[in-house]
Formats: sequence, structure tokens, C-alpha cells
Amino acid sequence: MSRISGCLSTLRASGKKALIPYVMGGDPNPLVTVELLHAMVAAGANVIELGMPFSDPFADGPTIQLAGERALKAATNIQSILGIVADFRKTDDATPIVLMGYLNPVERMGYPVFCEAAHAAGVDGLLLVDMPPEERHLVAEHCDRLGMDTVFLAAPTTVDARLESIASSTQGYLYYVSLKGITGSGALNVDEVADRVAHIRSLTDVPVIVGFGIKTGEQARAIGQCADGVIIGSRLVATMEALADKPDEIPSAIGAIIAEIRHAMDTPA
Amino acid sequence: MTSTLTTEQAKALSALPDASGHFGPYGGRFVSETLTHALDGLTADYQRLKNEPAFQAEIDKDLQDFVGRPSPLYHAERWSAGIGGAQIWFKREDLNHTGAHKVNNTIGQALLAKYSGKPRVIAETGAGQHGVATATVCARLGLECVVYMGAKDVKRQALNVYRMKLLGATVVPVESGTKTLKDALNEAMRDWVANVDNTFYILGTAAGPHPYPMLVRDFQSIIGRETRAQSLEKIGRLPDAVIACVGGGSNAIGMFYPFIEDRDVRMIGVEAGGRGVMTGEHAAPLSAGQPGVLHGNRTYIMEDENGQIADTHSVSAGLDYPGVGPEHAWLKDSGRAEYVAEDDEPALDAFREVTQREGIMPALETAHALSYAKRLAKTMRPDQHLVVNMSGRGDKDILTMAEIDGISF
Ligand SMILES: Cc1ncc(COP(=O)(O)O)c(C=O)c1O
Repeated sequence: MSRISGCLSTLRASGKKALIPYVMGGDPNPLVTVELLHAMVAAGANVIELGMPFSDPFADGPTIQLAGERALKAATNIQSILGIVADFRKTDDATPIVLMGYLNPVERMGYPVFCEAAHAAGVDGLLLVDMPPEERHLVAEHCDRLGMDTVFLAAPTTVDARLESIASSTQGYLYYVSLKGITGSGALNVDEVADRVAHIRSLTDVPVIVGFGIKTGEQARAIGQCADGVIIGSRLVATMEALADKPDEIPSAIGAIIAEIRHAMDTPA
Repeated sequence: MTSTLTTEQAKALSALPDASGHFGPYGGRFVSETLTHALDGLTADYQRLKNEPAFQAEIDKDLQDFVGRPSPLYHAERWSAGIGGAQIWFKREDLNHTGAHKVNNTIGQALLAKYSGKPRVIAETGAGQHGVATATVCARLGLECVVYMGAKDVKRQALNVYRMKLLGATVVPVESGTKTLKDALNEAMRDWVANVDNTFYILGTAAGPHPYPMLVRDFQSIIGRETRAQSLEKIGRLPDAVIACVGGGSNAIGMFYPFIEDRDVRMIGVEAGGRGVMTGEHAAPLSAGQPGVLHGNRTYIMEDENGQIADTHSVSAGLDYPGVGPEHAWLKDSGRAEYVAEDDEPALDAFREVTQREGIMPALETAHALSYAKRLAKTMRPDQHLVVNMSGRGDKDILTMAEIDGISF
């Protein structure tokens, strides 16, 4: 069993919900990120989604676009992201890490080279936003051999036949995008999400994690009622933007937000 | 020169894309899941409508009465004689309503929007020609129109920005990334994801995720179909070569596609060499890039060593794009079409020369194709014939030319 599946099934068995923060690797510079990851784990994060910057992030709103621009300005690339993961792994070999990004930088590095290097650094899963299940063959051989999970997205607009094929392709968890839109947008409709998640759960046993639009502890707790966990992204990234000139303060500030959301999720309503 | 492909190979090329939108290894649909449903819906709507006589009749009527088709095939006799080689002909897309080939595609896609009941249209634009063509058709059909345009392009194509506003469209300057066409395309995709229920995305070139490259090609192929028939009538045979500039590749694929199986007709796409392909400051992915994934399809792109999309440069905003339609990528690899690059300077020279020799002011994009046509014509005999796709007229570029000449109004 992969580190991701192990972690999520342990949580499920104990009735707890997964809290998964998303941050952009190298934002505002690669030196900050390792300490930030440790601070998030200490505050109660279960799995980490680590963003790899791309020049053309067409599925992201302004907040995460700007984070990518800051990271690229600080010369972040795949090698430096993998360096961050390897450093993190020196003192934490329990927390699963999923790399999240776009296909082209990975393709440029070369799929076998990238997969080998990511696995060696301690990466557990891969979520490439513009690699749909139909294109999984690009990485399949290497990920399967190395035991690295490929995580896929489902959206509010995904039709049933496709949901079934996504559920059977995804590994570790299924990332349910809770709203129509890009990262950082819109208001979350918890009831609507609950209906959809219940439907997905009737199709598959794979853990369902909900992301997009979740900002508060209260929302996280509500979503936790129906799903296996939540992903918090834009709120964290916006806080990092505000502290871009004071990177030393980022780990504790982000840690405090994670702790607040963790507390809300673990407290019965 | 006959292309080395067999008849069967040429036939197979023109049968593409396959059901999943691939042209050989290129094309496809590399998008986030949030867009998949919309693209499936668009594919289904198009497959259904394209064989409906009423839909096709409406397109044909609009192309005739609103756009002014067929556009003439014009013999540039004086320019040809001055060059002293092959006869050069212009396919006059510059005479279309709104001044470029772009309207062929917006007519088709806007009717798709109408038939699929979407009241809101979005588009991306570089030079502003596609934005103007979209705003024009939306005004006529009563559709709301929002055009995304890189902030850098908003400045250098101010005239077209104002035209779009006069037509009732909202122009949104895009400040992210390099502030050019590629970033406008990103922003349009973001809008579409969020507003997919009521919004139709009219993509302006033969790129993007499946079905767009096919859709845009089909709507633009009227150019090549007319050219083929007009050549037979006016030249008495097919031309020796057809030449078109390549930004995203829509005017070029529209010209090329109906000629794919005519193996004796060379097809030559001309990219923007900018300050010179060797300087790195250009927009010529087919000439100097490599395969990668951008804007939802696999194609030739310009990127840095980390796979980040590179900055491009061209004097013409409409060619300033780091990718290219996937069908061109496959036409290149398969050897059916050739791709070359022309730099800013010779393109500007061609702009002036054709304006003064023929009384036809070409768009700066088109000037790249004209510049290469001149080079090629010189190496050919007077009984040989080249057709250049005059993709647009140069009125929109007058301010750019004036600035180069040091004139301010
Ligand atoms: C007149 C003209 N020609 C050519 C182009 C390049 O686009 P494409 O390669 O899609 O024909 C443009 C784009 O704006 C244009 O306005």
C-alpha cells in the first residue's frame, strides 16, 4: 500500500478527516519551503500537495498564478522542488507528498527521468492538472514500477460514465473539485458538494478529497462530514503573498491557519 | 517538386484528426477535468450540426452576404514582373468584412453558439483581428461578447481595441505572464471553466484542445476550397505552391487543407523570425522549437530548458505566439508541408513594397508570407505560379508603421 493510501485508510479507520494543504514550492523562494512543510505537519496536516510552478497555469486563479510567478522569479524548477522534498524527507518519512503541476515542465525533463528522480526524493503521488486519465500512459509504466500514485480530478460537470473511469484510474485519492471555476474562485455550496460526494462514494471506495473554495475551519468541518478530507490552497497562498517580503514569518503564520482549521475539523459541531 | 508522400499517405493525412483529436502524435486534449464536459459537448454539437443542411445554409449565406465571399484570387502582375520570377497571386482575405480571414471562423463558431443556446461569447485576441471579428458577429447575433487581450497587445493594437468597444464588446486587458496572446488564451480558458453553463468560447486559431483545431480548420477551409477552384479557372491548373503566414495557424491551415491530397502543390507556412531565429527573439516554434504541451494540445512550442513557455517576439502581434496548431506540427513531421521563418525587417520591406507596387496594404502578419513568396518567386520561372494567402489588410498596423517611421499624430 502506498504511503498515501496507508495514511488515508488509517484516518478513515479512526474516523478522522484528512487535512491537505496546497502550497507552491519555491514561493517566495525555495529556502522557505522545507521549514514551511514541517510547520504544516506539526500543525496537523496529513498529506501535502506541493505545487510546481508553470508559466501558463490556465486552471489557476490570480492568487496561485502570482505564487507561481514568485517561485519562477526565484529560479524554482523541478530540480529545486525535488530538492525540497528530499530535504523534508530527512526528518519526516511519514507524511505523504503529492506533486501538483502542469505537464510541460515534466515532459521537458523526460517522463522516466522525472519519475525516477521524484521517487528517489520521496514523492508519493503526482497530480498533473492537464494530464487527463486518457493520457496517463505517459507516466504509467514508470509510476507503476516505482509505486508512485497518479491522482486525478473529478469536477461538478463530470458525467457518470466518466466518473467511473476516473475513479478507477485515480490512485491514493480522488480529488473532487468542488466548484465550477478556477482555484481561488467562487462561493462554496456545501449541500451541493455533499450530494455529489455521496454520489461519487456510491461508485467507488477510493477516498474522496474535496478542494477549491474551502477557506474556513467551519467549511472544512462541513465538508468533512461527507468526504474523506479537504484541500486548502488559495487561502494559504494568499497569506504567503501578504508575507512575501517577510518569508521568515511564513511557516508560523501558515502553521497557525492549519492549526485553526484542524481544530475546527476535529471538534464536533 | 512533388511531395514524397504516397497518394494513400496524403489521403490518410487529410482524414485527421482521429476521434480523440490527434494528428499523429500531436493535438489531443490536455486540459483539466473542469473543461472536459464542455469540450465533449462542443464536439457533439458540432458533429450533429455540421451535417444539418439548415446550419450549413446559414453559414453559406452569411459568408456570402455578410462577409462578401467568395474573396477574389488576384494576380499581382506588377509585383511579380518586378521580381522577375514566378507569377504571384493573392487570395484576398483582406477584402472580407472586418479585414481578415478571422471572420470565416467566427461566423461558424458564433452560429454554433446560437444553435447551442449560449447567450454569452468569450474570445482571446492578439492583433485584435479575431476580437474584432468576434465582436462583429456577436453584435449581429445579439450575443454578449467579452474579449481577453494581453495588456501589451492592448497598447500596440489600440485601434482594434476601440473598434471592439464600438461594437459593444468588453475588452479585458490581461496582465499575467508575458501579457500577450498566450496569456489572453489562458484567461479565456479560466473564464470558460467558471461560466461554462451560459458561455461559448470562440477560439481564434487552429490550436487549443480538441475539437478546436478541427473546428477552426473546417471553418477556414473555405479559403483553400475557393483558391483551388479559382486557380483552375484563372491559371488553368493548380498553383505550384501555396504560402501563408503562421501564428496559431488558422489562415494557413484553411489554405492548406484542401490541397493536402494534391501532392504537386507545395504548402509553405511562414513563421515570424522576429529579430532572427538565431537571436532567440522570435515566434517560430516549427522552425526552432520542439514538441511539448501548451494550451491543451501537443504541438511544437517555444520553451526554456525547464519547460517554461518562452517569451516570443515579433513586430506583428498576430504572429506573437509560442505554440502552433497541432495539424501543422504533423504536416511538418510528415513532410507534407514546409515551414520557414521571415524576420521583422524583410517583412516590413515586403509590407512597403506590396503597398506601393500593388496598392494593397497587407497586414504585418501577411507581410511575412509575402516576403518569403518574393524570395521563392525569384528562384522560379515566369510560367510558374504561387498563391499567397493575403490573410488581412494593414489598416490596423498603420500606427505601428508610423511609429517605426518616427511619425506621431
Ligand atoms: C491578418 C492576420 N493574419 C494572420 C494572423 C495569424 O493567425 P493565424 O496563424 O491563426 O492565421 C492574424 C492573427 O491575428 C491576423 O490578424
